[in-house]
Amino acid sequence: MHFAFTDEQAMIAETAKTFFAENATSERTRAAMADTGVDKALWQAFTGDLGLAGVAIPEALGGVGLGMVELAIFAEEAGGHTAALPLLASLGLAAPAILAGGTDEQKARLLPRLASGELVASFAAVNMGGTPGAALSDETLTGAALLVPHGASADLFVVAADNGVAIVERGALGFGITPLTSMDQTRPYARLDFGGVAVETLADPRAAVRAALTTGWLAIAADALGGAQACLDRTVAYTQERIQFGRSIGSFQAVKHRLADMMVAIEQARSAVYWAACAIDERSDEAAFAVHAAKAFACDTYTHCAGEMIQLHGGIGFTWEHDAHLYFKRARSNASLLGTPDWHREQVAGLAGLDEAA
Amino acid sequence: MKLGFSPEEEAFRAEAAAWLKAELEGPFADVRGLTSLTEMPERRRDWERRLGEAGWSCVGWPKAYGGRDATLAEQVIFAEEYARAGAPPRLNHIGIELAGPTILAFGTDEQKARFLPAIARGEEIWCQGYSEPGAGSDLANVRTRAWREGDEWVIEGQKVWTSLAQFSDWIFVIARTEEGSKGPKGLSFLLVPVDQSGVTVRPIHQITGEAEFNETFFDGARTDAANILGAPGDGWTVAMGLLGFERGVSTLAQQMGFRNELDAVIAAARANGEAKNPLIRQRIARAEIGLKLMRYGALRMLTDAEGGRLNPSALTYKIQWATWRRDLGELAMDVLGQAGETVAGHEYAFPALPNLFLYSRADTIYGGTNEIQRNIIAERALGLPREPRGDLK
Repeated sequence: MHFAFTDEQAMIAETAKTFFAENATSERTRAAMADTGVDKALWQAFTGDLGLAGVAIPEALGGVGLGMVELAIFAEEAGGHTAALPLLASLGLAAPAILAGGTDEQKARLLPRLASGELVASFAAVNMGGTPGAALSDETLTGAALLVPHGASADLFVVAADNGVAIVERGALGFGITPLTSMDQTRPYARLDFGGVAVETLADPRAAVRAALTTGWLAIAADALGGAQACLDRTVAYTQERIQFGRSIGSFQAVKHRLADMMVAIEQARSAVYWAACAIDERSDEAAFAVHAAKAFACDTYTHCAGEMIQLHGGIGFTWEHDAHLYFKRARSNASLLGTPDWHREQVAGLAGLDEAA
Repeated sequence: MKLGFSPEEEAFRAEAAAWLKAELEGPFADVRGLTSLTEMPERRRDWERRLGEAGWSCVGWPKAYGGRDATLAEQVIFAEEYARAGAPPRLNHIGIELAGPTILAFGTDEQKARFLPAIARGEEIWCQGYSEPGAGSDLANVRTRAWREGDEWVIEGQKVWTSLAQFSDWIFVIARTEEGSKGPKGLSFLLVPVDQSGVTVRPIHQITGEAEFNETFFDGARTDAANILGAPGDGWTVAMGLLGFERGVSTLAQQMGFRNELDAVIAAARANGEAKNPLIRQRIARAEIGLKLMRYGALRMLTDAEGGRLNPSALTYKIQWATWRRDLGELAMDVLGQAGETVAGHEYAFPALPNLFLYSRADTIYGGTNEIQRNIIAERALGLPREPRGDLK
């Protein structure tokens, strides 16, 4: 039992922190927001120069061969800067689906290209936040998927249809992608329409969906943790600078106590995220409980902290110019994506034995 | 990062579990499952002695002082097995968790040899003399005085909220030893025997109807001149050092008690159908998550402490558990409904869950109120400006 980063993990965290602080600047994120929601140079640097993007993909398949703890470290740091990257879509959702459910041939063909960033993929869970649904029939896919993250930037889609999991390539005959104007412009959604598209399918659809959701929930929770921490750090700095009534506003208990409450929540979120990451890596019996807990708790914490960030900044926090809204909107998107906090808590209630007989 | 335990550690677990089971299903079956701190005090003293004899009392302490030199993982495991076995809350928890670690950190070799083995053997029970009527949140505003007379310290004043003083042999007291000093300066940390004519313990009846806390009066009480931790005037440093110990491995044992309370709420909800109420399900899920996050937060703190690092998140632990337990008390009553508000018989003594609802109102006050905790977090962890002092007396 050692519930702290190893030296290697601490080094990865330091590298990730520096990388995102230097590269995922507000200016660059805003340029990406006005475009497709992907900072292409940042993606290139992250997947190419840094070479750690495939952190949870085995080395034999072009990845780094580490685990969920390391994936969470990257997601946390990316979240801390609301980085405009298809990290969740491509590496948090699509890659684990292919890794868990693909044939050896599919894995060997696709995963090295995802790890290197050459291909960007996304994942469509048609039954989560996405009626109308899509169905497979004889290797053709018909239907639609709504609200696919970074859908307009992806080259490849893993689609969890009603009766199987399909891989669909951009440009396939009968496949339509419609970008949606999204509240969070750092991770915009797209609608996918499948008009009898010829597809290939994954060998083990159940394993694929389970892996995608588990990893995706963890990656969102880690993103939320990083975002919440950034909201606190920036707000602490601001309340120390901002003078009213002849004092820094951070000296008033009305303000201090709210900042303290943010920290109390964030430290719990941190425990939740890394507990879940370890539990998945160690195949603990607690893994399902932990990842639902992490998704619910970290997303609620982010929502709370981003709201407090605006409130404690006052008017400046309501402007487009200030970054507070980037966090506030990403917090909202994290909370909704792949199950709300209430939905995840309901899963915890089931796991806690509330449905067993008295 | 690693959450699992090694085979050696699992072997330690099996050894601890077997010993606890044999005792608590054998000679100590009568104290098994007790939750109150005050019930059956004589048997609880016997239990402290039994733990001491077998070397299971203070497992993390050095062997030289009656401990077991257990590693952090072993301490965690023992805390878990202790609670799992239904062993009762420790009558001497203040001695084990507060007095002992403070003496280990600040005591001379003579003081360590004099006091630590007696705590580990369960022979001397301790309580804490900090708060006073005029020194609650503003703890440094202590008025209890002490001065030297020959080879002794003489103590005069009043302490309040001294829990378990009625069972204690020793009390540690912060007293003002420099006349005219103010605030944290001029205080000393004294170790005082309770059983003497200069010390009077009077119970305080609390909102639950029980009397776990006391007022303790010092009227010319005496202790040997050697019974001071740190130098005269350094009492505040010693006392603040002690606050750090309040968040040790014992938090894990405390959490196992919380686990039992939450299980009782879940059992009640299943029994009366509230377990199907979606709003209650959400709140139970929140409680489940909160409890797990206390556990993993504690493991983070402990891992860092073992590596010699103070994790600033340790400062958030008190408000976290206190608020969790207060929320659980409210949830318990919402699950029980009006049925929880009455009790059979004429005695004002409620069963565990309604009692939790009442008792947990103390949790967010003692050991530093939630508001003081927020000041501490804001000032020490976040670096925000200190609260200015007023000048009213």
